[in-house]
Amino acid sequence: MERRDFLRVGGLAAGSLVIPATGRAVPSGSLSPVPTGDKKRLADVALNTATSRGATYADVRIGRYLNQSISTREDRVTSTADTESYGVGIRVIVNDTWGFAATNDVTEDGIASATQQAVGIAVANSVISDEPIRLAPVESYGEVSWRTPIEQNAFDVPVADKAELLLAANAAAMDNGASFVSSFLSQVNEQKYFASTEGSYIDQDVHRLWPRFTVTAVDPSTGQFQTRNSLGEPVGMGYEYLDPRDEAKYPGITMRYGLHYDMIEDAALAAEQAREKLSAASVEAGRYDLVLDPTHLWLTIHESVGHPLELDRVLGYEANYAGTSFATLDKWRSGTFNYGSPIVNFIADKTQFGSLGYVGYDDEGVRTKRWYLVRNGILVNYQATRDQVHILGQNEPHGSSYAQSWSAVQFQRMPNVSLETTDNGVSVEDMISGVERGIYILGRGSYSIDQQRYNFQFGGQLFYEIRDGQIDRMLKDVAYQSNTQDFWNACSQICDASDYRLGGSFFDGKGQPPQVSAVSHGCATSRFDDIDVINTGSDS
Amino acid sequence: MTMLTRDESFELLGGVLEKSEADHCTVRLSGSTGGNIRYARNSVSTAGVTTNMSLSVQSTFGQKTGSSSINEFDEDSLTRAVSRSEELARLAPENREFVEPLGPQRYQESNAYFESTASTTPERRTRAAADSISVVRENGLVAAGFIQDSGGFRATRNSAGLFNYRRSSNVSFSVTVRTEDGTGSGWASRDYNDVSLLNTSDASRIASEKASASANAVALDPGDFTVILEPAAAHDLIRNMMFNFDARRAEEGRSFLSKGGGETKLGEKLMDDKVTIYSDHTHPDVPAAPWAGDGRPRARTTWVENGVIRNLSYSRYWARHKGVEATPRPANIILDGSDTSLEDIIRDTQRGILVTRLWYIRTVDPRTLLYTGLTRDGTFLIENGSVKHAVKNFRFNESPVAFLNSVDVLGEPVRFNGNFIPPMRVRDFSFTSLSDAV
Repeated sequence: MERRDFLRVGGLAAGSLVIPATGRAVPSGSLSPVPTGDKKRLADVALNTATSRGATYADVRIGRYLNQSISTREDRVTSTADTESYGVGIRVIVNDTWGFAATNDVTEDGIASATQQAVGIAVANSVISDEPIRLAPVESYGEVSWRTPIEQNAFDVPVADKAELLLAANAAAMDNGASFVSSFLSQVNEQKYFASTEGSYIDQDVHRLWPRFTVTAVDPSTGQFQTRNSLGEPVGMGYEYLDPRDEAKYPGITMRYGLHYDMIEDAALAAEQAREKLSAASVEAGRYDLVLDPTHLWLTIHESVGHPLELDRVLGYEANYAGTSFATLDKWRSGTFNYGSPIVNFIADKTQFGSLGYVGYDDEGVRTKRWYLVRNGILVNYQATRDQVHILGQNEPHGSSYAQSWSAVQFQRMPNVSLETTDNGVSVEDMISGVERGIYILGRGSYSIDQQRYNFQFGGQLFYEIRDGQIDRMLKDVAYQSNTQDFWNACSQICDASDYRLGGSFFDGKGQPPQVSAVSHGCATSRFDDIDVINTGSDS
Repeated sequence: MTMLTRDESFELLGGVLEKSEADHCTVRLSGSTGGNIRYARNSVSTAGVTTNMSLSVQSTFGQKTGSSSINEFDEDSLTRAVSRSEELARLAPENREFVEPLGPQRYQESNAYFESTASTTPERRTRAAADSISVVRENGLVAAGFIQDSGGFRATRNSAGLFNYRRSSNVSFSVTVRTEDGTGSGWASRDYNDVSLLNTSDASRIASEKASASANAVALDPGDFTVILEPAAAHDLIRNMMFNFDARRAEEGRSFLSKGGGETKLGEKLMDDKVTIYSDHTHPDVPAAPWAGDGRPRARTTWVENGVIRNLSYSRYWARHKGVEATPRPANIILDGSDTSLEDIIRDTQRGILVTRLWYIRTVDPRTLLYTGLTRDGTFLIENGSVKHAVKNFRFNESPVAFLNSVDVLGEPVRFNGNFIPPMRVRDFSFTSLSDAV
């Protein structure tokens, strides 16, 4: 079956019932929504119970979540699984203290009982609460709704078609020299209803998709092996992301992709490159100018800019797990802290099409927006929730609260944080032509950063040595080590908007108990001068 | 209701199996109530309780399998869960690695359930947090901590007659203590199945001492050092190593245990004579479930004996393919030690670095199990048998296979994160750069 045929089959099945061989009608893959009226009635039970028991604020999130994962290796599907979860989480303020309770008993009685538990927890904890909660004002939106703009709901595409696409990618890899290949497709639909005592009732239908693979090439004669992971990204889109389109292709040393991904093409290239890595030269440790592709740089942005500018980390609320931050309030207050060179501008954004963080409202009922974190190289703001933004002397919450499930309490989570492009007209080829001794890095590899976000070490998927303005050869065993402020001040060139792409993660971890959040980061290829590169090979 | 009895679970699972039209069907049920309290800046921040019960159905027609899970238990929802898994199975391509479900099994029981833990109240959590904060405050320091407890059950029943049921409980506590000026940080953690063993004051005292002692750390040049790894630090690297004891990956040539040509390093000596690592789900300090995820009974399994690789784990498919016994993955990790205390190891050290814990560990090279990460929350220079002063945190690039081959001393094991690991002194641990992080 040709690639485009899969999509046509998928399109025909959208919204319909699937009739299997036995003739018994079974539900199609998508999630059946809970009627909004029912959710409002149930939400009001929580809000009324909370206020009648002394809560000065309450919010309730009724969530139905459906995840589907398909896993394959080589020519077989190893698992297909749907995970559905439905429940309610209630958060209250009593005696100036938070309390939270969640239950899968989504009935009036179940919700009333959980609300009473949340109130009881707040009362118990108020004995050791030293910091009264101050919520920034938020608009009362009334009854509103929002949906990820998708062309095709991935859950409506028959699982056989999705599996066939993964197997076709696997076949392309095996045909091009892979020893092994595994591929996966993860799909998420969050249907969540938020209501609060501020007077908002917000119904949202959020979709995310993540296709990926790992190709392994083994050299039996030496016992060595190398891998190359996919260069596609997780996105806040429907199945249309997997419909390759020429306008979303970025040709170069390897094909890179925008908001449409050709997984089969990438798998074929990955197999050739994994095999080439087996005999690639091991990098000579030393200092190099780095040219970093968005498939790689997004993760460096995530770790060294996104995380340190989370206000709860800065204040110490994450000290026992994720850590604190070097980007302390005194540096921000000075108004002169050089986070990066003057061409470096970082923007936080929960409104960007195709991104993982794109929603209409956050999980504490704040309409989403975009704002600068770093402007002309200077630290100018953080990411904050309703109860913390007053610490910055600001009266408007940022809309960056999120909970991974109805069962988890919402807290500050990273919005999409992206590096703005320049209008200098510089292309990737122009950038490479200006580098005398450098390394061009693509793809996400090994990554590690300290708990205050100073010292980091990043690897990648593909490494090419640049000599005198030309790509010379493939390298392996490359990782660079740097310090956040040094690194961003070494940023000497950023390509223009024609190279701008998003990368992202489904699994940004933070909090106790740990929660994951999906977030994207946009950038164009960028250059960093004189960075320390180490050799990670076994002979180093 | 989230805590079903053995009989209630058997009945509910049987009702779901009756809805199945598949050739094979496995139904799993789990329920729990979990509570937590979180504090920072010496004040409670968030706390909550979550109750949930969920059920998963795995259906197979021929060699075509699909799974679905749900947490609603009315008849329509249960029917939907079965239908959805069957729909996925019917639409899925054949998986020639499918192995039919196991029939009835006999298990060696282990006790990991304590009513004391399962019935923890918000007031008890508040007291435990207050005990921790109080110790830290007395020392003029700042605490951020987390206590989490849960009690629940798991049960599995399948169309081949297998049934198992087990209750378990767990409590974990960790605290990071920092100096007011942010120049010092210390940490301690505890975990148990029985909450009555938890003393948050004692652990908070240790974290406080480390915080005070780690202020004004001195920068040492990175390089290879003799290092004393506390159990938490050693644990994280050894656990990562144990994820890589899979026979198939080794035989396919893509593991640190591969030799090329389909051969593995099974039977080879890769570590020091002193290193013996095994799993035992009946160990009283670190009990684990008597069965693996697919229902296979667990038994004590030795992975490394006196430095020699003794066993690899097998999926049921790969074991059948290779004609060998299907050894499940490690239930827990137990590294034999001695009765030497951490204090004695320090006293016996001329020069070395004491590492409290490691952070942000990631694989750098899977061929050698080279990992990178950083030290955190208490890193000290030891000279002439005592702690001389705090040192700045380091980034390391090191392999557990390498440092377990250069172990000088293994101390007295303690429970950490459900595993049993001793403090240890190792030679030539590789620190590659400095971090300013505290």
